[in-house]
Amino acid sequence: MELRAYIVRRLLLLIPVMFGVSLLIFGVVQLFPPLQRATLYIRDPKQLAHLGEVVDKYGLNDPFWEQYLAWLNQIVHGNLGWSKIVAAPVGEAILKFLPTTVELAIFATPLIILGGIFLGSKAAANKDKAIDHVSRVGAIIGWSLPTFWLGLMLLMIFYGYFSGLFPPERLSTEMNLLVNSDAFHQYTRIHTLDAILNGNIRVLGDALRHLVLPVITLTVVNLAFIMRLMRSSMLESLGKGYVLTARAKGLDERTVVNKHARRNALIPVLTISGYLFAAIVSGVVITETIFAFKGVGWLAWQSAVQLDISTVLGFAMFTAIVFVMANLVVDLLYARIDPRVRLGGRAR
Amino acid sequence: MTDWRFMLHQLRRNPLSMAGIIILLIFVIIALFAPLIAPPPEDHLDPYVIPRDGYSPIPQPPSGEHYFGTTEGQYDIFYGVVWGARSAFKVGIAVIGMVLIIGIILGSLAGYFGGIVDEIIMRVTDIFLAFPALILAMAIVAALGPGLNSVLIAITVVSWPSYARLVRGDILAIREEDYVEAARGVGASHLRIIARHILPNSIYPALIMASLDIGAVVLSAAALSFLGLGTPVGYADWGQMIQFARNWIVGPPGNPLAYWYTVTIPGLFILFFVLGWNLLGDAFRDILDPRLARR
Repeated sequence: MELRAYIVRRLLLLIPVMFGVSLLIFGVVQLFPPLQRATLYIRDPKQLAHLGEVVDKYGLNDPFWEQYLAWLNQIVHGNLGWSKIVAAPVGEAILKFLPTTVELAIFATPLIILGGIFLGSKAAANKDKAIDHVSRVGAIIGWSLPTFWLGLMLLMIFYGYFSGLFPPERLSTEMNLLVNSDAFHQYTRIHTLDAILNGNIRVLGDALRHLVLPVITLTVVNLAFIMRLMRSSMLESLGKGYVLTARAKGLDERTVVNKHARRNALIPVLTISGYLFAAIVSGVVITETIFAFKGVGWLAWQSAVQLDISTVLGFAMFTAIVFVMANLVVDLLYARIDPRVRLGGRAR
Repeated sequence: MTDWRFMLHQLRRNPLSMAGIIILLIFVIIALFAPLIAPPPEDHLDPYVIPRDGYSPIPQPPSGEHYFGTTEGQYDIFYGVVWGARSAFKVGIAVIGMVLIIGIILGSLAGYFGGIVDEIIMRVTDIFLAFPALILAMAIVAALGPGLNSVLIAITVVSWPSYARLVRGDILAIREEDYVEAARGVGASHLRIIARHILPNSIYPALIMASLDIGAVVLSAAALSFLGLGTPVGYADWGQMIQFARNWIVGPPGNPLAYWYTVTIPGLFILFFVLGWNLLGDAFRDILDPRLARR
């Protein structure tokens, strides 16, 4: 019961966050002159002559608060607005692009986290030895790499030089036709998963081939962070009393590192991992753009560039939800890993 | 700060931070001497605009005339990367300056007064941090209209919250010190206590960390330019030069790497610039981390 109350309270916290985020984005949009915003409401070029009327009709000259409340009123009634880019209601538009991004996140996040934990604990266990120095330099280079440049270089080599080995986009033309035909049932629109459910090896292989470069790009730029975090957390944990006790008991070094030190060192990594997953799901703009891997990040980019305001606002709401949910899941996991953490109880 | 000498000693001992300092010195030299290294042609109005050699859409390989070749539209890559170093410092220093001013003001208010002031400022930072920075920056640039100033404002708007939090934390740590209490006791005004007693004793770590973020700021600016939301076309800006290269990743059949220089060279400049700051930053983090200090 205590747990359920805790979850409900956390979900209620969503409301002020979403309120704030929407106010922020709405404020940014208000920077446009009313006439320019009016052009977003017209469907027919002939209406351009009557822009003034459009401004009046939608109240674009009204004070900020009135416009915001009008918009909020629409939201409360479940109307997020119309996405011009996708030509669909905003909610539908985001859901349409979500599977692509989720597919990227499903493959990239475990690689980043497990790779980071592995390399980080190796570096900590061999502090100040060669492996530690190498991984440190690697990490610094990794987070100095511009994502867009790394992506383009990978394409130059694996798409250009090795003629089409790992191509951009999600599927080849042929497989794309197959996936969209009646012979293939799209359960989730996550292609790899659908291919397995359909028992179609060729689609699976093709989808995986297209995933290689974007997943590598995401892993390279994010792995460094988890690795360094794991290293410092592990070093701290190795200096604790219970590790000393374990060693004094005569346990072998591997048990001490794996059982005693690592489990406690994982806690900060867990927080960041939740955040990382949320960050990837809520849009990896550059990776998706470079590899023409059209997910929510690509959608957000297009709507920001083409000033599709309702889509940007809808995306903002979506992001807020993803982050709050991720934080909630992480907190729940905390309580599982660390018995000292009591949800909703008094701080000790 | 009596620790300066200790810090310098630590920096000099660490080969990585020395490498960072050397890389950054090279960039400082390139930026300072840009007019000598890549002199703008006669009667060129704005030296930050890359000169063009014709209008052919096809990039030209490195030659005696264009050391690093040209991009599509015949912008000279050598000129672009050299003056791009100047743009990079301009962007980095301007943003960090603005962010620090906002961060110090709001962070001190939150940390010093606490209570409701603290609560409001911190919840506002929460909202900014809950939204992906790049996309917020994109929306702001789009709203303000592309241009260097919009980029500066956008990156400032999305990055001040973390500095405000940093300053707040530093201030909380010393707010109850005796000398602050003493100043309060002799009737000093809040402003005087903050400006004369608290800030000088607390913000150096934040100042250092912030200035080391110049690399990250330049990386964000380059990303915005790459996405077509940055400086005007032809401005000497590394991100934009990579945007120019985007259609030339794969060469003609039989020579897939024909246009390698268009993407590789500007990218290496960004990479090394950011790497220089990060190498230095990594060393400072170790020095400033109290858990690792002076062991």
